[in-house]
Amino acid sequence: MPYKYLEDVAIADVAFEAWGATLEELFEAAADATVNLMVADLGTITSHEKRTIELEDDSLDLLLFNFLQELIFYKDAQKLLLRVREIRIERSDGSFKLRAEAHGEELNPAKHELGVDVKAVTLHRFQVQETPEGWQANVILDV
Amino acid sequence: MAVPASIKKISDTIWEIPTSYKEGMRVPARIYATEELLKAMDDGVFDQITNVATLPGLVKYAYCMPDAHWGYGFPIGGVAPVDTKTGVISPGGIGFDINCGMRLLLTNLTYDEVKPHLRQLVDRLFERVPAGVGGTGFVKISQEEFRHLVEQGARWCIDHGYGWPEDLERTEEEGCIGGADASKISTKSVERGYKQIGTLGSGNHYLEIQVARPENVFDAELAKGFGITIPNQVVIMFHCGSRGFGHQVATDYLQAFLKVMESKYHIKILDRELACAPFRSSDGQDYFAAMKCAINLSFANRQVILQRIREVFSHVFHRSPEDLGMHMVYDVAHNTAKLERYEIDGEMRELLIHRKGATRAFGPGMEGVPEVYKHMGQPVIIGGSMETGSYLLAGVKSGIETFFSTAHGSGRTMSRTKAKKLYQGKKLQEEMAQRGIYVRTVSYSGLAEEAGAAYKNVDQVIEATERAGISRRVVRFAPIGNVKG
Repeated sequence: MPYKYLEDVAIADVAFEAWGATLEELFEAAADATVNLMVADLGTITSHEKRTIELEDDSLDLLLFNFLQELIFYKDAQKLLLRVREIRIERSDGSFKLRAEAHGEELNPAKHELGVDVKAVTLHRFQVQETPEGWQANVILDV
Repeated sequence: MAVPASIKKISDTIWEIPTSYKEGMRVPARIYATEELLKAMDDGVFDQITNVATLPGLVKYAYCMPDAHWGYGFPIGGVAPVDTKTGVISPGGIGFDINCGMRLLLTNLTYDEVKPHLRQLVDRLFERVPAGVGGTGFVKISQEEFRHLVEQGARWCIDHGYGWPEDLERTEEEGCIGGADASKISTKSVERGYKQIGTLGSGNHYLEIQVARPENVFDAELAKGFGITIPNQVVIMFHCGSRGFGHQVATDYLQAFLKVMESKYHIKILDRELACAPFRSSDGQDYFAAMKCAINLSFANRQVILQRIREVFSHVFHRSPEDLGMHMVYDVAHNTAKLERYEIDGEMRELLIHRKGATRAFGPGMEGVPEVYKHMGQPVIIGGSMETGSYLLAGVKSGIETFFSTAHGSGRTMSRTKAKKLYQGKKLQEEMAQRGIYVRTVSYSGLAEEAGAAYKNVDQVIEATERAGISRRVVRFAPIGNVKG
């Protein structure tokens, strides 16, 4: 798992750290970390539905913020639990463009062992940074 | 844990961090707590409340209630009174779960009468009041109707058969705050929320059956005034908010404010989660009108759940809710920002009081307290942890010290991630059953996160509010049945 939940940060909410060799891997890991809070076993999410997510932002961290927010939106609006299948992030003219395909299915308590509902991505201590190994992000989710 | 060295003791229950503590602080921060509670607070509280103290327009102090703990942007238990002429409105000072709050409902049943039916009651409540991740509500309306509902709040519910007219009189703002404007909310927020009316949510949201034991009645006269008149009387308390709709409204405007805060309004903040806009600006007013929609949705959500609870009790006891004395005591929010008027240095000023994880506690005689309670002070409903207990308090005159704000719960001391490691949901459920508390949950890991030991001692927190003169104890309730999201 390219992410871990932190024990001593933001005690009412949930903080996690995610990482990846590339930006794309980082975004995928952060998406899984977000959905994994709501569903204990990501392996139980079958690919029945597909949603395309397209975003653009001047800053990389707000791009990730908005990306995670999309997954939370689909969870509430369409009861969809999604995992990232393909993702591409391109930098052009000082802005970042993201296109992702997320696959998943409707939440089913009989099939998915549920965890805690994620209300929102917060910007408290939110960070995306390049490291010698690749990329790393710190995120606190409001639950 | 390190309490800042520069903290000054003002009294046994008031502590002050001076403006010299951090660059940019406009007012000192004041923490209301006993020394024991203060020492147990996490570092996040001190850092965050002093960040809050840098916001433009703050009046007097940035306050922390005794249950304060590390949040995002504001600490949970944070109160920020802001002058509306010079100050800002900050979504982070309200929280994503706008108008998250508590509702308390009476019965005329005693513990002995309820005990044989407890499992059936909890099982049926669990079935009839949807909870947990992505729960779908039982009120089916179109997106268009939803836009009407968020402007009308709990009144919409009464008009559509979900409740009694008297419920409105016993709801903060009578269940509908004026100035809600659905043209200020996004399509996304509507899509997220319109199917969730009548859902509890998860995390620390719950629905609980509780008992008022005679030894836990601290003020018999006030208790009687609020409807607690029978020894071992059973009540129902629940905690939930504005669901995905409110979360999206806050998210929308947090992003909008980030874009304009520095460029348009030249405001610098220490944490992006404190993003804000001048209250009187068009951006600030748009959020205020959108936030009010979420306030109303939250009142409506609790109103329809209240009616469901009445139906369940009526079904189990084969008696009407009226016959069971199922009157509501009160509904009060603890994630909100409201306009209130106060005299500051001899001048009446309009303030926007941000309360994040803090409850309004108006004293006796004040406007805004329901007529039936006017001489007693506003009821304040405090949800403790599911293992220990909860409280009914009353606002007091001396509450003006904190702009009539008090605690909202017991306050966490341990992260969810840590609690999940230390406790097992199923085991906890069995242990609680042995102690006479029957729990149903959508999520066992969620249950473990809410273990009583992850919270401060609620009795100490509430005692601190009374000693500090910001609210008084009326009744402590012990849990006997719980539905957990």
